[in-house]
Parts: sequence; structure tokens; C-alpha cells
Amino acid sequence: MTDITNTGRIVPSIARKRFGPMQYLICLKGILVREGLRYLNQRERFISSLVRPLLWLFIFAAGFRQVLGVSIIPPYQTYVLYEVYITPGLCGMILLFSGMQSSLSMVYDREMGNMRTLLVSPFPRWFLLISKLLAGVAVSIIQVYAFLFIAWFWGVKAPVSGYFLTLPALFLSGMMLGALGMLLSSMIKQLENFAGIMNFVIFPMYFASSALYPLWRVQEASPLLHKICLLNPFTYAVELVRFAFYGQIEWTSLAVVCAFTFVFIAGAIIAYDPSRGLIIKKQEGGNN
Amino acid sequence: MSPNAGLKDVQGKSLPEASIPALELASVSYAYGKRQALDDISFSIPPGRFAVLLGLNGAGKTTLFSLISHLFATRKGRIHVFGHEINRRPGDALRRLGIVFQARTLDLDLSVHQNLSYHASLHGIGTREANQRIDELLQSIDMSDRLHEKARSLSGGQIRRVEIIRALLHQPSLLLLDEATVGLDIKSRATILADIRKLVHDNGISVLWATHLIDEVNHADQVIVLDRGRLVANGSVNDVVKAAGGTTINEAFSRLTGIVALNPGHRP
Repeated sequence: MTDITNTGRIVPSIARKRFGPMQYLICLKGILVREGLRYLNQRERFISSLVRPLLWLFIFAAGFRQVLGVSIIPPYQTYVLYEVYITPGLCGMILLFSGMQSSLSMVYDREMGNMRTLLVSPFPRWFLLISKLLAGVAVSIIQVYAFLFIAWFWGVKAPVSGYFLTLPALFLSGMMLGALGMLLSSMIKQLENFAGIMNFVIFPMYFASSALYPLWRVQEASPLLHKICLLNPFTYAVELVRFAFYGQIEWTSLAVVCAFTFVFIAGAIIAYDPSRGLIIKKQEGGNN
Repeated sequence: MSPNAGLKDVQGKSLPEASIPALELASVSYAYGKRQALDDISFSIPPGRFAVLLGLNGAGKTTLFSLISHLFATRKGRIHVFGHEINRRPGDALRRLGIVFQARTLDLDLSVHQNLSYHASLHGIGTREANQRIDELLQSIDMSDRLHEKARSLSGGQIRRVEIIRALLHQPSLLLLDEATVGLDIKSRATILADIRKLVHDNGISVLWATHLIDEVNHADQVIVLDRGRLVANGSVNDVVKAAGGTTINEAFSRLTGIVALNPGHRP
């Protein structure tokens, strides 16, 4: 075997400056815009993301209003309607489903090949993943506010300032749940396996939390379930949002959500690292 | 600061990009579990060269592309793109790479412009500059009128051509194309191949063109033949034909890979 020698052609030496903050911003903007465009192109996704919590609010909450009384517990200073109680939980539900939807979208992108476009970008992998995460969170926050807007007309109202103050809580909770979705997407080999995520992640996380019932009620019914709820990070995301609606910070929830956000993001970055990650294992038995 | 700043000759002088191989693989191996997909692959491609990576399905071409593009980590061996080791400096290496994957990677729900703009942003190219480059590149393939059409409405050949100009948008020095003409009609195949060869000629871009179609090989090309994960030939068409003991590249490829000649009449 002989190696070919240089043909003698001169390749123009292209000056390539290292990426500065502006290039990073351009990249982030591009990922945000693409996620937004995809979302706009999938109107049914927007509608279904709204219908789900609205069904809970209009039907479930209305039906259970008389059955599930809520005593005065922080942050509420008076008795509240059950609809008011579950609204932060339904916001959490939107974030949870949206986070998992992003996970589904990443698996789909990986199967369709679109994910490769992102992963061969020269920007650091951690930056690309966090940008994608931010884009997903931005979309899910829009869904939450659309839901809150409709809920307002249903008579579920928080103090006006609460709608602004809850934004950071929604952002943090969205980051945590989105990062969890991203981590899970690295573990899912095929799109078909996503049903498992529904059964083993979304439903247990949602029901074993304070989204639908106060924890004291859960404790009365089942001390074991109460402990499970306390171990569930989604409980803390819901409580963080609930307190933020009334201009309060629930510090334990804040600390737990921050910690889990960090852990899930770190896990997702490692999982998508080609030299260390889980994603590489999904290729086994793949193309040649 | 030039990203080549770290590349120096023995006297400590910075090396210009033109004097460094566009792509250099040294003893690269890769296994999926116990199945060896690539075994001790070494070759290099000089700047401005059109290299054809020939191999049957399952030869290891896509695995090799995944390693070069850093989708997979190189666990054994070294890969350098214009002197930048892909594992150590993936950003510097990837900036010089334009990649067209075997699978279609355009987002079918987005327009041609949105797809190309997204790619530009993934390379840190601002809107104004991106739009200018998009216009120029689309003009070069006579597709300016399809700018705002959804990718879904394009034919297979048009999608492929958009993917190629997308790979060129950030002005790479090395273009990787993995079975870029698979599934296309003869006319589209010929057009795409001619476009790429023109690029090499006009701009001095290096190309690694993976295919299993022998009629895509040209006399002036560097030919690299993979067979079941092993490099069985590397050189000019004449060198490969001579080394395999055949009379045509088609015959040489058949001998090297143990298949019956598909098109004995073809003599590149």
C-alpha cells in the first residue's frame, strides 16, 4: 500500500478565531429559535399541552372540590378552593410533560439523524445541551402562562405580582425536569420505549407528590407514600412554584430543586459525552 | 488567535494549514462490544485531495465517519483534522469539518432557510453573514427559489444538495460525505458528484467521499478500500489496481473485497 503524496494544491489557510461570547449567543439564539419554530409547527402539541391541565382543572378539580377539602396550610392564609390548590401542581404537570416531551423529541431527533447536526457543532457539548435545555424550558414556560391565562377566567387567580414572581420558580423547576428528560433520553434506545417513561417516570412522579393533595393528607392515608412523596423532587418543584405565587420562597424546595437540577444536568452532559456517555452504547449494533 | 497556534514544526515555527494533512488516522480501531468494526486503520489525506472511501455495506465506513466527526470517541488510535486531534480538541477539528451524513438530517418541518440558518448558528455565524452565504450557496445549485419552502416538499436529490451546501456554510477545509448519492437517480448522482469535484478544483477543499459505487471513482482520486473493518488498499487508482493485480478499479475492488465484479465494462 502506498500513501499518496501531496498534490501540490494550496489550500487557503482560513483564519479561524476562537469563539467569543457573541458566537455563543448566536448559537444559543439559533437553538432557541429552532425549538420555537418546531413548537409553532406542531400546533397539536401546543393544544394537547393545554388540554391536559385544563381537563384536570375543569373536571377533576370541580368534581373533587367537595371531597378534598384543603385546610389552611402555608403559603395560603385562608381556606382556598381545591382548584386554587392544584393550580401550581398543574403548572408542574405542564413542566413535567414538557420536559419528557423534549426527551421524546431528542430520541426522535437521534433516530431521524437531526441530533447529529447538533452534536457535530464545534461548540462544547455541555453548552449545546444546556442551550437545548433552555430552549425547551422557554417553550414550556409559555405553555404554563397560557394555562394560567385561561385559569384566570375560570376564577383561579393568584396575586398579580405572583405571576411575575413565579417565573424564576417555573424556570428552575423546568430546568430540573428538562434535564431529567435529557438524561432519560440518553438511556432510551428506541422511540417505542417512551411508553415506559410515561408509566415509570411521569405518572409516579406526578401522583406521588404534593401536586394533587397536601402532604399532611397523604401522611394520614399512608405514611409510606408520604415518605415517597418527600423523596420525589417533583414535590419540591411544585412547592417552589406554589410559594412563589404568593411572593414567598420555600427554601428547602429551592435547595432541593437546585441540587437535582445540577445532578440531572451533570448526568445528561456525561451521558452525551462521546467518550464516557451512555449514548454511545445505544449505537451498538447500529450502522457500519 | 489562530487555532493552529498549537501546531509547530521541530524548530518551533507555526505550521501553515496547507502543509498539514487534511485528515490523518493512525492505528484507529473500534469495536461494538465484542464485534470489531474497525481494525488498525491508518491513512492520511493531503489538503485539496478528493479521496474515495470504498467499501461494501458493513465495511465500517459509517463507523469511521462517526469517529472522525466525534459522534463516537476514538478509544484506540488517533485522528487528526488539519493537525487537531479530534479527542483533545474537538472544537478546532469540527470547525474545519463539513459533514453530510448518510441519513437525511434536514428538519423536514422547517424551511430550507430555517434549516440553513440553524446550521449557521451552530457554527457561530451571525444572521447577516449567514443570509449572504445562504443566498450565494443556493444560487450555486440553482435553488434560490426554494429558500422558503419546507424541506418536506423537496425531492431526495434536492434535500441532498441542500445538505451539501449546509455542510459548506461554515467554509470547512475538509468535507466528509457518507454515501451521499445513495437512493438518488442517476442524474442527481451525477450532478452532486460534479458539484463536489468542482468544489475541490475551485476552492481546494479536501473531500472524503464514502461510497460502495465504483463508478463514482475518478482517475485522479485517492482510493481507500475498507473491507470488514480492515484497510485493504490506499493509494491512487493505478496503485490500487496494480496492488490488487487487476486491470480496472472495479476488478481490483472485487478482488480486494471478494465479490463478483458488478460492472466489468467500466474503466475509470
